[in-house]
This record gives sequence, structure tokens and C-alpha cells, in this order.
Amino acid sequence: MRTILFILQKEFIQVFRNRSMLPIIFVMPIIQLIVLVHAATFEMKHIKLFVVDNDLSYTSRQLTNKFGGSPFFVISNQSFNRKEADDAMQNGDIDAILSIPYNFEKTLYKENKSDIQLIVNAINGTSGGLISAYSTMVIADYNKSIVLKSFPVSKSLPTKNINTTYSFWYNPELNYKTFMVPGILVLLVTIIGFILSGMNIVREKEIGTIEQINVTPIKKYQFITGKLLPFWIIALFELAFGLLVGKLLFHIPIVGSIWLVFLVASVYLLVIMGVGLFVSTVTNTQQQAMLISFFFMMIFILMSGLFTSIESMPSWAQQVDKINPVAYFIRIIRMILLKGSTFTDILRDFLSLGFLAIIMLSLSVWRYKKRAA
Amino acid sequence: MEQTPIITVKNLVKKFGSFVANDNLTFNVYKGEIFGFLGANGAGKTTAMKILCGLSLPSSGEANIAGYDVYKDTDKIKRNIGYMSQKFSLYEDLTVYENIRFYAGIYGLRRKVIREKTALLLNKLQLDQEKDTLIKSLPLGWKQKLAFSVAIFHNPKIVFLDEPTGGVDPITRRQFWNMIYEAANKGVTVFVTTHYMDEAEYCNRVSIMVDGRIAALDTPGNLKNEHNVQTMNDVFLKLARSS
Repeated sequence: MRTILFILQKEFIQVFRNRSMLPIIFVMPIIQLIVLVHAATFEMKHIKLFVVDNDLSYTSRQLTNKFGGSPFFVISNQSFNRKEADDAMQNGDIDAILSIPYNFEKTLYKENKSDIQLIVNAINGTSGGLISAYSTMVIADYNKSIVLKSFPVSKSLPTKNINTTYSFWYNPELNYKTFMVPGILVLLVTIIGFILSGMNIVREKEIGTIEQINVTPIKKYQFITGKLLPFWIIALFELAFGLLVGKLLFHIPIVGSIWLVFLVASVYLLVIMGVGLFVSTVTNTQQQAMLISFFFMMIFILMSGLFTSIESMPSWAQQVDKINPVAYFIRIIRMILLKGSTFTDILRDFLSLGFLAIIMLSLSVWRYKKRAA
Repeated sequence: MEQTPIITVKNLVKKFGSFVANDNLTFNVYKGEIFGFLGANGAGKTTAMKILCGLSLPSSGEANIAGYDVYKDTDKIKRNIGYMSQKFSLYEDLTVYENIRFYAGIYGLRRKVIREKTALLLNKLQLDQEKDTLIKSLPLGWKQKLAFSVAIFHNPKIVFLDEPTGGVDPITRRQFWNMIYEAANKGVTVFVTTHYMDEAEYCNRVSIMVDGRIAALDTPGNLKNEHNVQTMNDVFLKLARSS
């Protein structure tokens, strides 16, 4: 135990003597939160709509107004020329085209139905889907008002109508920041626990002091504990700091228990540090360690459900995510912070994380051989 | 000189695949002597030294360090030896005192003892002013002397020096060897590898390794007589060439 204390003392001195360390701890979370939260958003607020209204009837104008009145759409252009609209779409100036044909109103009243065309830029599949969903809502809404107007309270009216009222739970304002901040906190913790701790061990190899350590009576477990514990503490501190910034700057809801978040984080860090330790056993320089760490980080994060939802991934990817610690932690932290999930709610995921921690740590401790040959 | 063996090596073999790095080494090192361990690059010195320090296991044969077996008691061996390598082994981003405290601490010295001994040591090395200086801003010669002092700070029975004076000027080398003598006089056994043949002359006994075997082992004087030459340099060249 005394040995570990001496190692810890040395590590903390070295960590904080490193000039880039304090900015990493204090500036990085603020910048990441501000930039990512504002930039990485799927919220579609100002969908640019090009209206080609060849009917110019009362009904067609009403429909156009309906779109214009929606908070999601902005009518950026209007023209009779469809070609113009197509060009604008090609140039990427607009997101969608609403094309209303000549005789739209006439057909509607004569045949009780009429067609319009909606063209959506779906290069980004998610936003394409959103635009089409929003449009459908606007049109359905208008549809209903036409039906009511044409058949005012007559008896034959088909009154059986399924009426949908929307209610967005856990994030009532559909605030994307609320969704992103917890995920970005996970990223912060991951960078410190995974990359910094792994690099720290490789550094001893690179400068050659590991040789000296190996001839001392320091035992494997003492060395590893001494190396990982400082970053475990720093990462938990980072989480607290990030939560504070999230709360003050973005007013993220903290519905569930904050202690539960830290409990999960402390286990999660063990997994991620196990991976970091593993990387450090297979590399000899900080550069190699950095490259390999980034490879893992990219896969972990892109598959984590931070930006895209895991449920919409192919099933093989969902299977792979069963060993992705980042995916577990992001899911759990969102559940606790936004939904107020309790320990029993997250128990399954928590146990999986614990299981991963045991496997990863034992694997890397086994790989970390103190004997040189 | 009392002739109590403190390192006994018998038929020690270390193989890496089909390559034999150490071929049947047998030798003793006596308590309090300065034992020079010479050999060309790649002759197998480092491999042997790693085994003696408890860093790697031999393929076969016996070795006993300070009364402990290299197969079973590596932990106890490590507690009883000091080590300083050719690569500089102190932490550049820690101060003189922080380095001493760290190494002394992991050998189990009490903090109070560490403080007192450090004061004495720095006084002796005339480094009192540099107690809180980062190692990276010290000149190489000072670092080497300090590294040696740190290696024997916990009073080990044996200290292993792996080319300790590489890249150091002649004056500092001389001072360094004075420190080695001083340690040997206090009863520390010194096991040193070097490429400087003048340093070989300072050793009580010298072994010369050629191609994984010990080609010669005796006092520098006897070796020179035996081979009929004037300097250790010629002894070394004669043996190394005959391989």
C-alpha cells in the first residue's frame, strides 16, 4: 500500500506538471460541450421550402400558408417554373419542393381528392425522413380542416376519426441539447480514461524508465493501480465539472440520481481503462498508442448511439454494440439524467458493464507482463 | 579480501528459439568486489544481466543472487539489488528530491529517513542548491552521479551498472569511479558492464564474454600477463578477434 502511495504521488506530480494537462481538464469540456452541442444537431427548424404553385387558388394558397406558418418551414422561394425549383435543389439552396398542379382546387372539389407533389432532398437520410414526416403532419392537418369546411356538421359526415395528439416525453421541447449533452459528457470521460491513461503507461516505455521500474520490487498490480487511479479520479472530476457546465450553460435536466451516474461512471472507467492498458501493452511509443486508440475511439463512438440511434442499426451492428462500453454508458446516462431511471432500471446494462470491466481488466493485466522476456 | 560468493552462476543457458545468447556461463562474484563484465556488443552481456536482476528467467542452469534463487525469489532479489542502466533512468520531469523520494519510497524507506538521507547525499554531491531543480535541467554528468546515488540509496547488497558512464567526459568518469570505489569499500558488490577498457583496469576482476561464452575471467593484471600484452584493450581485442 505504501508503494502505491509513492507511485500515486509521483504520477500526480507528473500529470499536473505537464502543461497541456490543465487545459485538457478545464478547457476541453467547455469547448466540446459548446461546439458539439450546437453543431451536432438534427433538429430541423428552418427547412427551406420552394413552392411551385401552378394553381394559385384559394385552397393552394391556404396550404402554402399552412407551411409558412409552421415553425419547421420557411418558404424561401416561390415560382411557377418547376425547372427553377429543380435547379435550386441541385445547388443545395433548398431542402424540399412543394409542387401544386394546375386545377388542384377544382379537382379537389369535383372528385373529392387531388394530388400534390413533395420532393425532398434526402442526401442525409435522417433529415430527409424528418422533412417528409413534418410535411405529412402539416398536410394532414390541412386535410382535416378542408373536410370540416366542406361537410359542416352534416349527419352523413364520417365522424369516426382517429385523432392523434402528440406528447413528447422526457424531452418535451424536443431540445436536442438535452439529448446531446449527456452523450458528450461520456466522450469527455472516455478521452481521459482511455487515451490519457494508456499514453501515460507507454510514455514510461518510450523514455526507458520502465526498465528501472522493472528491477524494483514494484509489483504488477501496484504499478497498474498507481498508473490508472490518478486518471480514474481525474475523469470522475471531469464528469462532475462537465455536468456543472451542462447544467449552468445548457440547463440540462438532471431527473435521476447524480450518485447513480457516478457509480456507473466509475465502473465504466474501469472498462475503458482496461482497453487503454491493453493498447499500452501492444505498443512501444506514444504515437503508436495514439493511432490505435483513435481507431478504437472512432468505432466505439460512431457505434455508440451518440449521433445515430442504435435501434436503427443493422442487427449485426447491434450485436457488436453489446461489447461497446461507450454505447452502454451513453444509454444509461441518458436514462438517468432525462428519464430519472433508478438502479433497478439500469441494472441489466450496469451488470453488462461490470462484466466487461472484469474481462477487459484481466485481459490487459495478463498482457501486461512485468518480465521483459 | 574476503571470498564469500554473493553471486553464483552455474551452467547458465539462455536461448531465444535456436539462438543461444548465454552458453553455459559459470562464475562467482565475491562480496565487496568490483566485477567488470565486458564483451562486444551482442556478446550476451545484457541478457545475462537481465537474468541476474530477476527480469528474465534462464532456459537452464542455476543462478543465486545474494542468497536468492533466480527462478523462485525474483521479488527478494529485486529488494536486495540496485540498478542503473545506460539509458538514463531518473524522471526528467521530476525534481532531484522527487526522484529520490520516489525510488527510496518504493524500496520501503520511511519518509523521515528519506528526508534525512537526502540532505546528507545532496550535501556530499554538492547539490544542495539543486534539490528542487528538475532533472532535465541538470548536466549529464550530474545526472549520472545522481542516478548512481539513487541506485544505492536503499543500501542494496549488489548494484548492477549497465554502461554507466556512456557519453560522460573523462573528469566526470573519474569522479564516478571514485563513487564506485566508495560504495565498494562500504561492502556493496559492484557488477559493471563497460566498453571503456581503462575502466576495466579499475575492476578487481574482469570477465570477457565472446559469443555468449565467458572467454576469460581473472584480475586485469593476470589477464595482461597471460596474454602477454600491456593493456586491457589488447586483451580484449585478442580475445574478441579469436572468435
